[in-house]
Amino acid sequence: MADVPENAPQHCPGTGSSDAGKSSACEGCPNQTLCAAAAGPDPAIEEIKEKMSSVKHKILVLSGKGGVGKSTFSAHLAHGLAEDEGKQIALLDVDICGPSIPRIMGLEGEQVHQSGSGWSPVYVEDNLAVMSVGFLLGSPDDAVIWRGPKKSGMIKQFLRDVDWGDVDYLIVDTPPGTSDEHLSVVQYLSAAHIDGAVIITTPQEVSLQDVRKEINFCRKVKLPIIGVVENMSGFICPKCKNESQIFPPTTGGAKKMCSDLKIPLLGRVPLDPNIGKSCDAGKSFFTEIPDSPATLSYRTIIQKIQEFCSLRQS
Amino acid sequence: MLNAHGKDVHQCDSGWVPVYVDQEKSISLMSIGFLLERPDDAVVWRGPKKNALIKQFVGDVSWGDLDFLIVDTPPGTSDEHISTVDALRPFNPMGAVVVTTPQAVSVGDVRRELTFCKKMGLPVVGVVENMSGFVCPHCTECTNVFSKGGGEELARHAGVPFLGCVPLDPLLTQSLEQGKNFIQEFPKSSAYSSITSIAQQILDSATQGS
Ligand SMILES: Nc1ncnc2c1ncn2[C@@H]1O[C@H](COP(=O)(O)OP(=O)(O)OP(=O)(O)O)[C@@H](O)[C@H]1O
Ligand code: SF4
Ligand SMILES: [Mg+2]
Ligand SMILES: [Zn+2]
Repeated sequence: MADVPENAPQHCPGTGSSDAGKSSACEGCPNQTLCAAAAGPDPAIEEIKEKMSSVKHKILVLSGKGGVGKSTFSAHLAHGLAEDEGKQIALLDVDICGPSIPRIMGLEGEQVHQSGSGWSPVYVEDNLAVMSVGFLLGSPDDAVIWRGPKKSGMIKQFLRDVDWGDVDYLIVDTPPGTSDEHLSVVQYLSAAHIDGAVIITTPQEVSLQDVRKEINFCRKVKLPIIGVVENMSGFICPKCKNESQIFPPTTGGAKKMCSDLKIPLLGRVPLDPNIGKSCDAGKSFFTEIPDSPATLSYRTIIQKIQEFCSLRQS
Repeated sequence: MLNAHGKDVHQCDSGWVPVYVDQEKSISLMSIGFLLERPDDAVVWRGPKKNALIKQFVGDVSWGDLDFLIVDTPPGTSDEHISTVDALRPFNPMGAVVVTTPQAVSVGDVRRELTFCKKMGLPVVGVVENMSGFVCPHCTECTNVFSKGGGEELARHAGVPFLGCVPLDPLLTQSLEQGKNFIQEFPKSSAYSSITSIAQQILDSATQGS
């Protein structure tokens, strides 16, 4: 067959077929986005564009490694932005198998309601709406044992069928890595325009190594990078006040990586056991510990993100 | 982490030859990292492609005679996990060691992981609590950076064995990142005794099981 590229999987329907990019063989094929685009886009992309016309800024929070603090950051970015009562903030958790946003936002046990125009999100405050697969589960023990296509279907619904209303910032918390969830979000929002991605890392090389992959992913899918946040960067002993590097930046940390790759370092957030405690309790540590170094550093980072977004607006 | 980056996987008659960590060939490794041209290449794959590779890793690597095969997985309960359990099912896997950090946010995800094991019919060898406690090198005060006790409580709640706590040890991270010899450096770490004790419990339950 002439129209089967060399790198296509075994059962490629052919790039000229009307199934190109859409058949089950296409799942996972590197050409899928291209083929699907040539064969006409998923109608959902247009519908999502329509829906997102009332959402001014869209920010993705990404990381290479797991457990580096994406959800914590997403939650506090949302809290921080929502301090301006004139702004509407939405936080969407697309970590389908490990939704931790409900707990961090103090919303465990909440359920989503069906409204006339779709699903209504759960509100933390009048101007802060949250959506997560966690709100669709019956119990905290429920596991979502889903393969990629089903997860993508859920993400499509989150973007298309949630009744967000007018939103200034939509923050999307993702699982670690570069797989189905990330491809789906980027694909579904392709017509709606994403402002950019914030990449979270810890200082040690094992984590940075995966961030470089994440950056390559962003470049591949043409997603602008707002910048990198180095989390868990240094620990101040509560007793003697000396600093230790729990996750030592043996290769120069995020700073060196960012200057090597010419991307902005938005800031560093120290390890602070109170952050974990606030998250476990579902509270914002901005209000729990307003003048800690971590809070100040988070605030500077949030300001930089706001500046980035306002530049893009004009 | 095992100072094996930059090594390549070779092909032989019976399949891919794994990468060996030591001269005696007592530890062999297989990872997609060995198959990438550049270390920074992103593997932007959807599930089905990952599933195919996992099948190949189980079926097409010439592992030789092994006493234990340890499979490291990403977080979650999706393609990689379903495929690994499916691929290993004919070989009667001994079970899953479930690792958590102590705080509730992490424990919450692990509760779902235990449900996954139950649904997939995969026995749970036990729960390990990692990064519990950090001893300040300046004053030896131990701080529970990520709180404490979540792992043990989870194990009790789920009725599975608790295998132990492993402390945070920056010196170990540092020496491994600098590419020092893992086998030499590891015994010096404060995490060593806890990990050895956990390994012993796993060995014990393996001999009981067989
Ligand atoms: N700067 C910090 N200091 C102390 N604890 C932190 C800090 N940042 C995050 N944490 C804690 O680390 C844990 C992991 O954070 P979080 O859940 O946000 O990571 P994640 O990247 O979203 O993880 P996953 O990959 O599983 O989605 C949480 O318990 C959180 O409270
Ligand atoms: S996406 Fe589908 S049609 Fe396009 S090359 Fe891949 S398998 Fe063939
Ligand atoms: Mg998370
Ligand atoms: Zn100290």
